[in-house]
Amino acid sequence: MDGELTRQTAAGLAAAMAAGEVSAVEVTQAHLDRITAVDGRVKAFLHVAAERALAAARAVDDQRAAGAPLGPLAGVPIAHKDVFTTADMPTTCGSKILEGWQPPYDATVTRRLREAGLVILGKTNMDEFAMGSSTENSAYGPSHNPWDLDRVPGGSSGGSSAAVTAFEAPLATGTDTGGSIRQPGAVCGIVGVKPTYGGSSRYGLVAFASSLDTPGPLARTVLDAALLHEAMSGHDPCDSTSLDAAVPPVVAAARQADVSGLRVGVVTELGGEGYQPGVMQRFTETVELLESLGAKIVELSCPHFAYALPAYYLIAPSEASSNLARFDAMRYGLRAGDDGVRSAEEVMSVTRAAGFGAEVKRRIMLGTYALSSGYYDAYYGKAQQVRTLVIRDFEAAFEQADVLVSPSTPTTAFRIGERADDPMAMYLADLATIPSDLAGNAALSVPCGLAPEDGLPVGFQIMAPVLADDRMYRVGAAVEAALQRRWGHPLIDEARGLDGAGR
Amino acid sequence: MACMPITREEVAHLARLARLSLTEEELDRYAGQLDVIISSVARVGEVAADGIPPTSQAVPVTNVFRDDVIVPPIGAAAALDQAPAAEAGQFRVPRILAED
Amino acid sequence: MTEAAAAAVAFDDAMSRYEPVFGLETHVELGTITKMFCGCPAAFGAEPNAAVCPVCLGLPGSLPVVNRRAVEYTIRIGLALNCTIAAWCRFARKNYFYPDMPKDYQISQYDEPLCTDGYLDVAVAGTVVRVGIERVHMEEDTGKSHHMGGATGRIHGADYSLVDYNRAGIPLVEVVTKPVPGTGALAPEVARAYVTELRELLRALGVSDVRMEEGSLRCDVNLSLSPAGSGQWGTRTETKNVNSLRSVERAMRSEIERQAAVLDAGGTVVQETRHFHEDTGSTTPGRSKEEAQDYRYFPEPDLVPLAPEAAWVDGIRASLPELPAARRARLQAEWGLSDLDMAAVRNAGALDLVAATVAAGASPADARKWWLGELSRHANESGTELALLPVTPEQVARVAGLVSSGQLNDKLARAVLDGVLAGEGDPDEVVAARGLAVVSDEGALGAAVDEAIAANPDLAAKVRDGKVNVAGALVGVVMRATRGQADAAKVRELILARLS
Repeated sequence: MDGELTRQTAAGLAAAMAAGEVSAVEVTQAHLDRITAVDGRVKAFLHVAAERALAAARAVDDQRAAGAPLGPLAGVPIAHKDVFTTADMPTTCGSKILEGWQPPYDATVTRRLREAGLVILGKTNMDEFAMGSSTENSAYGPSHNPWDLDRVPGGSSGGSSAAVTAFEAPLATGTDTGGSIRQPGAVCGIVGVKPTYGGSSRYGLVAFASSLDTPGPLARTVLDAALLHEAMSGHDPCDSTSLDAAVPPVVAAARQADVSGLRVGVVTELGGEGYQPGVMQRFTETVELLESLGAKIVELSCPHFAYALPAYYLIAPSEASSNLARFDAMRYGLRAGDDGVRSAEEVMSVTRAAGFGAEVKRRIMLGTYALSSGYYDAYYGKAQQVRTLVIRDFEAAFEQADVLVSPSTPTTAFRIGERADDPMAMYLADLATIPSDLAGNAALSVPCGLAPEDGLPVGFQIMAPVLADDRMYRVGAAVEAALQRRWGHPLIDEARGLDGAGR
Repeated sequence: MACMPITREEVAHLARLARLSLTEEELDRYAGQLDVIISSVARVGEVAADGIPPTSQAVPVTNVFRDDVIVPPIGAAAALDQAPAAEAGQFRVPRILAED
Repeated sequence: MTEAAAAAVAFDDAMSRYEPVFGLETHVELGTITKMFCGCPAAFGAEPNAAVCPVCLGLPGSLPVVNRRAVEYTIRIGLALNCTIAAWCRFARKNYFYPDMPKDYQISQYDEPLCTDGYLDVAVAGTVVRVGIERVHMEEDTGKSHHMGGATGRIHGADYSLVDYNRAGIPLVEVVTKPVPGTGALAPEVARAYVTELRELLRALGVSDVRMEEGSLRCDVNLSLSPAGSGQWGTRTETKNVNSLRSVERAMRSEIERQAAVLDAGGTVVQETRHFHEDTGSTTPGRSKEEAQDYRYFPEPDLVPLAPEAAWVDGIRASLPELPAARRARLQAEWGLSDLDMAAVRNAGALDLVAATVAAGASPADARKWWLGELSRHANESGTELALLPVTPEQVARVAGLVSSGQLNDKLARAVLDGVLAGEGDPDEVVAARGLAVVSDEGALGAAVDEAIAANPDLAAKVRDGKVNVAGALVGVVMRATRGQADAAKVRELILARLS
């Protein structure tokens, strides 16, 4: 079954390893071989740690042989977003300013992956410091969407979504600040989850926007995402904003996959104008599907969601302008222009100009502007008020519905280069995902079909209240199961960008 | 204020504040782009009326502390390992302009 | 009006025409075991960059977590300064770039400090001035730069710098006064008295060892002048780098003289940051206004709000020690000292020492006499602080006890203290080793008295003739002969008995 190993789900691989049908080393080698075969075209990885991965796999095999208790994902390979620190691999965040940086510590998420026995294959490409929706802002070049290599895999966790979609890894980590897990998940036809803010630790996650950044899983199935969600989440005393609460029972919910009696709210503001017709078509069909499965559909309005995007593009850049100040050429990372004449101040400015890409500079300046004296009240202050209004909209909506749904993205994957020169057009990719980032609640994107006009995947977003992450897994798993019954196979089997005709 | 176009001089000031050494061409380009973005995001002012409390963190938690107990430091060698320049166990940095 | 053009005006002259308003911002390093936001040790003396971790180095991905004890100490300070403790407050980021600041922002508090609106009473020249406290807030310290190359080792003219981040992240509190008007020419003294009182308060609270010379207490002085009687406040300057009690007073005088000169010449004072120089006792301007910082404060998103529960605050309030002012008043009454004598004890830095010596059994008068006399002289000669002399209050009390029981006289007692300070042991050991006990045995003294009378027949004759005061000269002879160890009263008694 060697050739088939990479097509397996994480749950399937874990079961096969537990049953002794295959070793972790074999599973890891199969994925490393797949990376060797396709990553030249997908460019999902910035760093592949073959030897370390095999050593980690061997350790799992040894533990298993010794009868040690192992977690449910022990031995399963994973692609790790290059925004998490790793003590044994470089961490670049897709930026020249951190090229080759070798952190002296593991992120909490990294440590949890290792403790769960997950085998880290390498670090995945991303938009520089997670700012973008396409990976085109990576200093190391874009990743490619395995459905159509001329298109973006989404972003910022686009290397992770591409790796999972290309069968280079069954699982990947991502981070969601404005949609950076759900949007790449959606445009690659896989599952992407933003847990409740504070449900997964930010310690060791190189910050973009601290009050929004949320680590979460990418996987090809809802159950796989749930398994990784449980493995990577939980309270962390090193992150003051981490919630001291039990991880919601997401794996059980994914197995339950039942929506009967559940109230599903369709948010009027997240759809219609600005959304691709094929996206709306698949979304509407999926809502009908849920109704047929016993869910009660409620139309409701969240009037302030229209202001979520502008609020986000004030809050996130403001925090980023401060978070990225530390890249100053003094303690680590790039130092440019140190000719013995320039002052520290000048070397900082020269280094930051050389080390940051255009989008990062743009957002640093936008955030600097929004926080500067005389403008704070009009911009950052107002954006924080809008954040309150968005939260109130959610609270009101969750009184009428158990979960809220929308298309995950307004369009399917766009072509590489298509929006590169138009920042505002790029920002629209996060239209539907941003509200949950501002409010901190949980949200999941599950594939719901291909848009008829371009044959590319469409994502169905399910939003749940804070710490009710399990609810969206129930719905997501039900949608996934019903659609697969309808199609007769997983959607991803239709991805033809890499391997020619589908299976 | 939200309607005032952002000037090239303002962009230059922002770049100085943010320690970004921008070229003339970049100043021009960013002035245009920031103007478009700022005039778009200024829409937040339409609904953010007085009396609405600001939210800076989505999940309300207070009083998170750690005990005053030593955790072993990583030590100078690990600290300096990735330094662009080091000397005598310290980070070597270019000459510093007089402080504020 | 340029810097150089305005020669400073004499202080008294300036004060005859202008009224100063001042304010002080005092930074104090808290005496916690670990840093403000990470578990690295906060102690001095480690090798450079040994006491650092990803958090205090500001490494990408690292996050701060608040030290509970630092918050508790800040609340202690706030309560002792009669402040209101906020029911809810936050940390904020103060954004500016500097090589010794690892994150290029400082976690501080901005518009929501932990403690607000208190006061501290200070006594100057017999009057009590109530200095209003605007706020007490928490923040983190920066690392330290060492400037290399160039002629002076200073920042100006250096070729490059070396940065040690051991200090980065050590908890600081900043105590900010309200503007203090109406103190006139006493302003510099009031400022100094305020910092002195604050320092004693912080020590009494056990929240900091407050060693100014190690930089654990640093002041910024805000000052403005306005024409006397104008009822308006002038433009203020902020003078930084004022790091000793003496400097507080000097910096203020210097800045008063400088501003007076500017105003006299018809100029206007520029609102700016200035730096005090210990060596010259003067201030020079910092960055010009065009480059004024815009700190872009915003709530620190990596930390959650602080909402001290009432029970916690009440518990801290209940645990406050007797505060220095109250303690001084009590001790002054117990010791029966005048204001002047009490001030002398305090100025000598001997208050705690005298109190401890009294507690060890000495009379207040004796305790004061030894600490302010002989021991202060020793401290001055060796250029050290009284409290750092190698002698304990218990040892001083023992010496005083030996004097009052007649076993030592003052001269011998000084010799005993010399021995103690020289590390020869406790007073009793020094007495034994050096053989310093007073000789009052009649047999031993009799021979010496007889010899003295025999050797000085003319003096003896005068005493016999009734000139009793001449006996003192004979006592002196005996004392010299016995190297001061004789009991002088006994000797006099024996002489008078023999010559009557």
